[in-house]
Amino acid sequence: MSSGAVSRPTIRVPAIRMERIDKSFGAIRANRGASLEVLPGEIHALVGENGAGKSTLMRILGGLMKPDAGHVEVNGRDVTGWSTNDAIAAGIGIVHQHFMLVPTLSVSENLVLGCEPKTRGIVLDYKRAADDVRKLSNETGLVIAPERLISDLSVGEAQRVEILKVLFRGARILVLDEPTAVLSPPEVRELWTVLRRLRDNGATIVLITHRLDEVVELSDTITVMRAGQTVARIKTSDTTPAEIARLMVGREVSLSAGKRVQPSTRPAATQPDPGLAVRDLSVTGSRGVRVIDGVSFSVKPGEILGIAGVEGNGQTELIEALAGLRPVFAGDILIDGVDITRRSVSQRHDAGLSHIPEDRHRRGLILEYTVANNLILGVQKYFSSNGIIDRGRVMENAMREITSFDIRPPNPLLAARSLSGGNQQKVVVAREMGRGFSVLLASQPTRGVDVGAIEFIHQQLLNARSQGKGILLVSAELNEVLALSDRIAVMYRGKFAVVMPASEASEEVLGEYMIGTKKGNAA
Amino acid sequence: MSAPSLAGGTQPTFSAPPWRERAEEALIPPLVALLVALICGDLLILSYGQSPAAVYRLLLEGTWGNAYGFGQVLYKATTLTFTGLAVSFGLRAGLFNIGAESQLAAGGFAAALAGLALPAGTPLIFALLLCMIAAGLAGGVVGAVPAYLKTRFGAHEVIVTIMLNFIVLALLNWFIAGHLHVPETLHTPEIHAGVLPRLADIDPRFHGSAANLALIVAVLVAVAVWFYLFRARGGYDLRAVGLQPEAAQYGGISVGRVWMRALTLSGVIAGIGGINYVLGYKHYYEDGFASGAGFMGIAVALVGRNHPFGVLIAAFFFATLSQGGLAIHAFVPKQMMDVLQGVVILAVAMAVPEVRRILRGARGRKDA
Amino acid sequence: MNPISFLTQMIRIAIPYLFAASGGVVAERAGIVSLTLEGFMLSGAFAAVLGTNYSGSPWVGVLCGMLGGLIFSLIHAVATIRYRADQVVVGVAINLLAIGVTRFFLKLFFASSSNSPRVAGFGGNIKAAGFDNPLLWLGIIVAPLVAFMIYKTPFGLRVRAAGEHPDAAESVGVSVTRVRYVAVAISGILAALGGVYLALDQHQFTDQMTAGRGFIAISAVIFGRWDPIRAAAACLLFAAAETLQIQLQGSHAIPSQFIEMIPYALTIIALAGVVGRAVPPAALGKVED
Repeated sequence: MSSGAVSRPTIRVPAIRMERIDKSFGAIRANRGASLEVLPGEIHALVGENGAGKSTLMRILGGLMKPDAGHVEVNGRDVTGWSTNDAIAAGIGIVHQHFMLVPTLSVSENLVLGCEPKTRGIVLDYKRAADDVRKLSNETGLVIAPERLISDLSVGEAQRVEILKVLFRGARILVLDEPTAVLSPPEVRELWTVLRRLRDNGATIVLITHRLDEVVELSDTITVMRAGQTVARIKTSDTTPAEIARLMVGREVSLSAGKRVQPSTRPAATQPDPGLAVRDLSVTGSRGVRVIDGVSFSVKPGEILGIAGVEGNGQTELIEALAGLRPVFAGDILIDGVDITRRSVSQRHDAGLSHIPEDRHRRGLILEYTVANNLILGVQKYFSSNGIIDRGRVMENAMREITSFDIRPPNPLLAARSLSGGNQQKVVVAREMGRGFSVLLASQPTRGVDVGAIEFIHQQLLNARSQGKGILLVSAELNEVLALSDRIAVMYRGKFAVVMPASEASEEVLGEYMIGTKKGNAA
Repeated sequence: MSAPSLAGGTQPTFSAPPWRERAEEALIPPLVALLVALICGDLLILSYGQSPAAVYRLLLEGTWGNAYGFGQVLYKATTLTFTGLAVSFGLRAGLFNIGAESQLAAGGFAAALAGLALPAGTPLIFALLLCMIAAGLAGGVVGAVPAYLKTRFGAHEVIVTIMLNFIVLALLNWFIAGHLHVPETLHTPEIHAGVLPRLADIDPRFHGSAANLALIVAVLVAVAVWFYLFRARGGYDLRAVGLQPEAAQYGGISVGRVWMRALTLSGVIAGIGGINYVLGYKHYYEDGFASGAGFMGIAVALVGRNHPFGVLIAAFFFATLSQGGLAIHAFVPKQMMDVLQGVVILAVAMAVPEVRRILRGARGRKDA
Repeated sequence: MNPISFLTQMIRIAIPYLFAASGGVVAERAGIVSLTLEGFMLSGAFAAVLGTNYSGSPWVGVLCGMLGGLIFSLIHAVATIRYRADQVVVGVAINLLAIGVTRFFLKLFFASSSNSPRVAGFGGNIKAAGFDNPLLWLGIIVAPLVAFMIYKTPFGLRVRAAGEHPDAAESVGVSVTRVRYVAVAISGILAALGGVYLALDQHQFTDQMTAGRGFIAISAVIFGRWDPIRAAAACLLFAAAETLQIQLQGSHAIPSQFIEMIPYALTIIALAGVVGRAVPPAALGKVED
């Protein structure tokens, strides 16, 4: 054969092929015609924002749930709608983001759970279990002592055990869900070495993530998902991080995108240090990891500071710490010059802080309470005299807010749980912006909200800004941050990667800070 | 009333009037339980070779059909109302008070002591008030222990209240057996101050029954509990903590303080219940008078769906069963009622999550 | 006070606690609250007397007792696992139901409101001080047996996983539902044996004869931090206190009521974490989808 002859294309049966997958939970469509094709022996990255539908797709693959429509093939075999046991038997191993490890048991106990080796029929053969674990451990390079308790392990070590768990059951196709979410940089590099070695030994790996800087290094092919659909499937070598970021976060142009807001005329400052001031804030999470690492910034009256960044970089913890729902490890928080670092939630309210929480179902509303009662949560003392709630005033307040915020159905006596997401959020916004405040924390204010309500809420935020309030906006929707903010900060791994005026910002510019490929000032 | 929701990714709303949803979820389980109880009762009666219809008629005649029986029902319902209110009050805050029996006993004991300490001629209102305060304080002290242990140490109130039941009852037994009892008995000397008139004193048809004016106190306390829970700011905070502690915390409510208040007040309510036996019936404290009232209080709270007025109805229902057992004793042993009580509680406990699941599933709403 | 007689009496008193607490450990480690031990014991006691009375043989009584406990435990399991009813409420209901059912059948079979006729038991040789009763020996070894099961068998591993992190167990294909059903059934049978021992030792069934022993057993479980051997040690401790109380009766040194309180006070102290924390299995009391 001379070189240059046409080579026959190798027809490789895909390790995984999922086509036109639909999956809904009630009214939420997690997967809409999603697809995925993974070739054997490759490392395939499945990327997308939170809520894009990646985990759902993988759960369907792993047999934890059945698709409403669509078709799943593994190694050429139709396996649509199979069970977890079928999937495990066929060699699929899912390494979950939240570890499925029993903390009070040892490594080998966790590994053999469900397939325990026995002597004499009923006795658990601990020795053989430990030997098997050690053998696998050495083979794969995932070194871990079998006797150690899970609760004593570091996060990186626990993840090693999770991977060993699926390998122990003979997995040849590994799916790792956000594996680096809780790892430190050296642990991440170790993980990549492990994954490369597994790939070289013939395993197929699917990596679910939104951390592109690392993925770009490692993967062969990338599938991008957005809003339940698959929007692209590209070879890693054919693309750039910026393009991936754009595919991940872009969406139909919202009504408020592109409207560059005019700087507000700020009222003369009446206090020495008006607005929000945060100095050197550090917050520790589980296992002692610093989820906020020495962050300093300020929000002046009449400005909106937007924090962009992919979720999981510490935004949630930052807001919780500012709101008084999470203890602070070090640093100070001041509102209008008053130190509130150790103050209670209600004291912070009194100091002028309002908070639109990111999870309205858990925190923002009491779903069994009526709309009227939810509208006074946090300010009930202003609606009571002598310890008794003034129902007339509560109703009056409710009718007023329902009208000004166009909350539907306009019935103050409805239980909050019967409202749509958008209307529920309007209740929260009405309440938080209806009380006197100088600083507002707005966390994912339009998540799960319909287009019209989004527009409305954005307008409310802008109004507050022109009235001289300071707003800290955290949002995973880049367009929202770009449209509303005066200044924009990007949060990456618990620190501010950069702070810049909105006029200098754009998706491309911010994107690189968000995925960590660029590091700038942290003013 | 239901406007069409806006386009794009919103959840459909269900346009039922607000009270109907809650009414369904609240009322269906007890009705289911009643049905189950009736069926069980039929089976038990038939196993004794009797006719269910005849026995049920006898039961109604013996309880509501004559003044004595009705009086007995009212008397028993009074105690059950107090313990039922106590348990349901705690549950509204998300806390399980299993200690109503010892709180009731402690309250009765304190009321008896107060009654003995006061001179015989004391005006009724004054004496009654003092005895009630003593009773409430005693119950509140017993209730404050699990409250404190939960708030400070995170100790689960279920086990603590069960343990405390035994401890407090043993303590009271020691007081009586050791020091305060009338010889040959296990009760205190008869008190003369603060004695509540019997219903029979007002309406002679009730002659012989234990029903007394503590009944009025019970209804008043039920109204007070209703008012606190649904009209007072403290009640707003308390129910919020019971429904969604994280949202309550977000709203600035101090969860620990609410817990403290809820369990202590729960103890107070149960304690005041002691006046039914001590001031209204026997006019002395007797060791063991509270026996079983705590567990029945749980049943009453459950069937009454933790609502003060539901508790009144449920207390009445269980009191009827209890008295009814005596009425039908010639035909079917009263032990049948013990079985039915257990069956009703079990049936309601199983029905509550099941009904909620079915109703919410039918409404197509994501379970929040 | 003779130390030998103290020990033998202590052991005899401890047997019902040992049975019930061992059963309680199994169910609670699997994640199901076991306030029901009292009801299981009572039903076992009655069923045993019923069986022995009609068959003449105490061994038949033992089997009947185990069956009685099993029936009630299955009711408990269905209500809490399948219907996800509140486990504390179901516990209260089962206990009340056991009282009611035993009373009802006591009346039906024996025409009495208070006690059954006398039935045969085991042993009976005074000199053997109770040690000729095979149930006593069974009671002595039940805690080590349960410890072996929990720590050395695959089933025990699954029980421990189900009680700490049921999702992890499900993710590797273990049916947490099945594990819990079996664990509750075991608790029913073991607790019932405690009642069987009690009834056959006294040679009759009396109304509410368990008199709160089931709650002492659950105290032992908590005080023993959900470990079978430590729970057994707690049972012995509580039984020792009770024996002390009996042997000191009439001496007025410490009032008997205060000795009665010891198990309960110790449990509260354990829960408050004054002497080390008593941390229950993480998934205790919660039955998720």
